[in-house]
Amino acid sequence: MGFDQYHEPPQELPEHARTFARLCASLTEEAEAIGWYQQRLAIERDPEARAVMSDAVGEEYKHFSMDLEFLLRRTPKWREIARGVLFQPGDIVEHGEAAEAEADEGGDGDERGAPPDAAADGSLGIGSLRGEGL
Amino acid sequence: MSHLLREHAPITQAGWKLIDEEARARLLPGLAARRLVDFSGPHGWELSATNLGRVERANVSEQKGVEASRRLVQPLIELRSRFTLSREELRAGNRGAQDIDFESLDAAAQGIVDAENTAVFHAWPKAGIEGIAAVSPHEPIVRAKSFEDYPGCVARAVELLLRNGIAGPYGVALGRDDYTRVVETAEHGGYPLLEHLRKILGGPLVWAPGVTGAVVLSTRGGDFVFESGQDLSVGYESHDAEVVSLYIEESYGFRVLTPEAAVAITAPKGGR
Repeated sequence: MGFDQYHEPPQELPEHARTFARLCASLTEEAEAIGWYQQRLAIERDPEARAVMSDAVGEEYKHFSMDLEFLLRRTPKWREIARGVLFQPGDIVEHGEAAEAEADEGGDGDERGAPPDAAADGSLGIGSLRGEGL
Repeated sequence: MSHLLREHAPITQAGWKLIDEEARARLLPGLAARRLVDFSGPHGWELSATNLGRVERANVSEQKGVEASRRLVQPLIELRSRFTLSREELRAGNRGAQDIDFESLDAAAQGIVDAENTAVFHAWPKAGIEGIAAVSPHEPIVRAKSFEDYPGCVARAVELLLRNGIAGPYGVALGRDDYTRVVETAEHGGYPLLEHLRKILGGPLVWAPGVTGAVVLSTRGGDFVFESGQDLSVGYESHDAEVVSLYIEESYGFRVLTPEAAVAITAPKGGR
């Protein structure tokens, strides 16, 4: 419990980095919950209990997907790689390697302060600078 | 292909990287509004208006027995600032030159920064944007010519916000003159004015070119919304044998939801 989603002192992090860390923590929690429900469903025999848990894990799928979409919107390079991997038929590893290589050609630059190649929407990827100042 | 038409420019990928780097470097320091208000988006170039949830009072129906009201929306504004780059300079950049002449780009970026800040903090009536200071119901706090009472002015602004039920943390957008004086001034005993203000506000002090004086505001969230359509981007317009014509562009709207959540600090009459 507490603020352990931060790896660096939170007071030194800009607001956008703190928001990003919170959503990363949330994504992890949703993935954990999906794993737990899968285990419970694997051993539960009561059909009514299975129905309740099946419904609940659907919620976690939704939450995980929303967290992921948020993070991808804020991270153009991650988004570019994800686009090459997600929902593609065929070899996952091959798609991953190809997507990473293609993204690397476009340069890195998801980190604030590092120059991005044009973001997914063609913009400079500036967005919110909330909390940054003297 | 996006409407920015970057693919049509006679610019290499490395050239675009240099241009985008320079644009970001020139834009970032002055984008004050994005440091202090809620940022929504980017929602994309296709977004044309913000839903205000209200209708015009007038009945516009021409059918007896039928009422008709027109929905109110806030149209987004497109900002575009053009600049040119010498193709010879771009070729030099491809060879690794590190002193490329980006003067025109830099001026374009400054124009965008000033326009964005002015609209958000002071208003842009023709664009339908009500600025934070313009709609604040509080009388501006007038500082002394010498700036010696600046901490008192900021403290009075914060107390005024508290009295109106506006919680912190608070931030301040400092126009060029105010920023310079705040940063360079040490109070009696040598204590930096900057540190004193930081303690009073609890939030950021922000350099805000385009702002006249200063604006103290709550940064608790939910009071001011900058709605981005297309976020700041560099696009291509045309080229000839010598130069490439490009532009910096964005679309956005801005709304003040809580006018009483900000107070302006102004210079005394006849003073800077």
